[in-house]
Amino acid sequence: MSNYLLEVERLQKHFPVRGSVLGKSKHMVQALDDLTFGIKKGETLGMVGESGCGKTTAGRTILRLHEPTGGRIVYDGETIFDKEKKIAAKMLPYRKKMQIVFQDPYASLDPRMTVGDIVGEPIDIHKLCESKQDRYDKIIGLLERVGLNSEHANRYPHEFSGGQRQRVGIARALAVDPEFIVCDEPISALDVSIQAQVINMFEDLQEQMNLTYLFIAHDLSVVKHISDRIVVMYLGRMVELADSYELTMHSLHPYTRSLVSAIPIADPIEARKSKRIILEGDVPSPINPPSGCRFRTRCPYADEQCAQEVPEFKEVSSGHFVACHHLDRVK
Amino acid sequence: MENKYLVNIENERLSFFTPAGEVKALNDVSFKMKEGEVLGIVGESGSGKSVTAYSIMGLTAYPGRLVGGTIEFNGHHINDMSEKEFREIRGNEVSIIFQDPMTSLNPVYTVGNQIEEVIRLHTNKNKHEAKERAKDLLALVGINEPEKRLKQYPHELSGGMRQRVMIAIALACEPKLLIADEPTTALDVTIQAQILELMMDLREKLGMAIIMITHDLGIVASMCEKIAVMYAGKIVEYGTTDDIFYNPKHEYTKGLIKSIPRLDAKEHERLVPIEGTPVDMLNPPAGCPFAPRCDSCMKICLREMPPVTFFGDVHYTQCWLNQKEEFEGKAPEESAVEKGKEASNE
Repeated sequence: MSNYLLEVERLQKHFPVRGSVLGKSKHMVQALDDLTFGIKKGETLGMVGESGCGKTTAGRTILRLHEPTGGRIVYDGETIFDKEKKIAAKMLPYRKKMQIVFQDPYASLDPRMTVGDIVGEPIDIHKLCESKQDRYDKIIGLLERVGLNSEHANRYPHEFSGGQRQRVGIARALAVDPEFIVCDEPISALDVSIQAQVINMFEDLQEQMNLTYLFIAHDLSVVKHISDRIVVMYLGRMVELADSYELTMHSLHPYTRSLVSAIPIADPIEARKSKRIILEGDVPSPINPPSGCRFRTRCPYADEQCAQEVPEFKEVSSGHFVACHHLDRVK
Repeated sequence: MENKYLVNIENERLSFFTPAGEVKALNDVSFKMKEGEVLGIVGESGSGKSVTAYSIMGLTAYPGRLVGGTIEFNGHHINDMSEKEFREIRGNEVSIIFQDPMTSLNPVYTVGNQIEEVIRLHTNKNKHEAKERAKDLLALVGINEPEKRLKQYPHELSGGMRQRVMIAIALACEPKLLIADEPTTALDVTIQAQILELMMDLREKLGMAIIMITHDLGIVASMCEKIAVMYAGKIVEYGTTDDIFYNPKHEYTKGLIKSIPRLDAKEHERLVPIEGTPVDMLNPPAGCPFAPRCDSCMKICLREMPPVTFFGDVHYTQCWLNQKEEFEGKAPEESAVEKGKEASNE
């Protein structure tokens, strides 16, 4: 019996591209392929990658906000989706355990609802409170938990700053006492000085409520800070998965290496010393991804084998997984 | 007398006259820039970093207005220039790269059209020469097959490519000053690295000065020689890159540096955030605008704006704490160390 809270296996999500008005669509956006990992209880798994690499799709597909097109999702020992065995569980009971915090706090809150109602909505849906007083107390408790107070409950989202709105979004996710939260770039829309406040809050909440996070972001230094383990995505596939310190300091995949080196270091002396590995070109289209290894078009080590075979995602040392044919040459 | 500075801004005040009242977007902003220098302006959204740079080009949009101070750029007195005169210098002596390359390129004209337009407006090159120049420019910014790209429309290019086209347009007339307003915020990190590398390369080749506007301390650390930290329409600290990173004097600068997670941290360290929220610019506090969020706030901070304190020729801040240190005859370094200890003990 595994000790994972959440397990996904070969999870796949392909979106059809709208073809002509009459014709059926022929192309698929291969947004996510062969996603396989597990998250232990109380752990934070970070997920990084560039735009279009499928990280948001991964977060949403795990919660079945997008219906997966293949693979298996097991939550707490119960299979909630299995393409082969044709299992697709009703999600409502699981919504109480699995929640999400969205990227854009300006778009994810209904402008016509008060903050109190926004936070109260999941309580109503899951019928968590018997009386009105109970409901009110619970809402105030949630707001206080995220650093807001009771007078904020009657205000509307437009009266709040970005950081405060994100706190409302977090309070809404916490309303059902979840066990697992997908944090989909929760801080990338915030100012630098506010980001640290919200990161600290995520850490505090995790400790107090024993939460498990899937923390998605494009900023590797933030992900490194908050996560126990990190998975790096490229064009819908996992390229590397390891302990967060191991991944940033001893990365093996050429993509991870260039990603780490591309981050501007906020330290002038270090910055002058460091040598950037500049990748050529852009991320290819996921409609027509390169054959074999999807990174090969930008990889300095690519050869014939990379075009032929998809590299296997294998464990090279304890807990360190990489998908690359030429690990011996990448130094 | 010869003015040896490319940009010389003194006590610039700029306000936006909105229906809700006067918003003092810039409050006594002063700085100088030499030719070929790279200046980074960092600050949060709404701190006035873009407005400062735009005012050098005369791009202050209604209802904004300069209400005081002088701006000199390359011998021009910006304050009393007409729109016609601005047109002469824009694109020619100073040009700009915007944050979002999709919205700043015209979607209905080809890339070639847009580059050639700038060249033909500002030089007396004919159509054929302009096209040749455009091709050279695209090659300069690292776009392959320039001939083919000239005939393409912006939507056919990726984000990084579009930003390269923007840079090509900005550099068409070899300006003395390039203003880069968050040029990489909309791009991915690996593309960001490409663009930053390109900008530094071009600066070496062409020798222009750059004003780099960003909120990312990492970018200024690797690119800039001087840094201006802005908060609520003021430059709260100004100095060389090393001054700002290794000897910050203003509490806001210190807070910013402490609040970013470091990639090379071995053990999990808790971040030290700056508490509170940015100032409401409609009703700014009477004294130092940072006082309500400052851990070392004193009574005087709430009442009066601190004067400028200089450390050496370049480095200066606006903070009462530095005044106090000077007043008490304490070495500033020592007390800064003490404060650091106090902070970590808490």
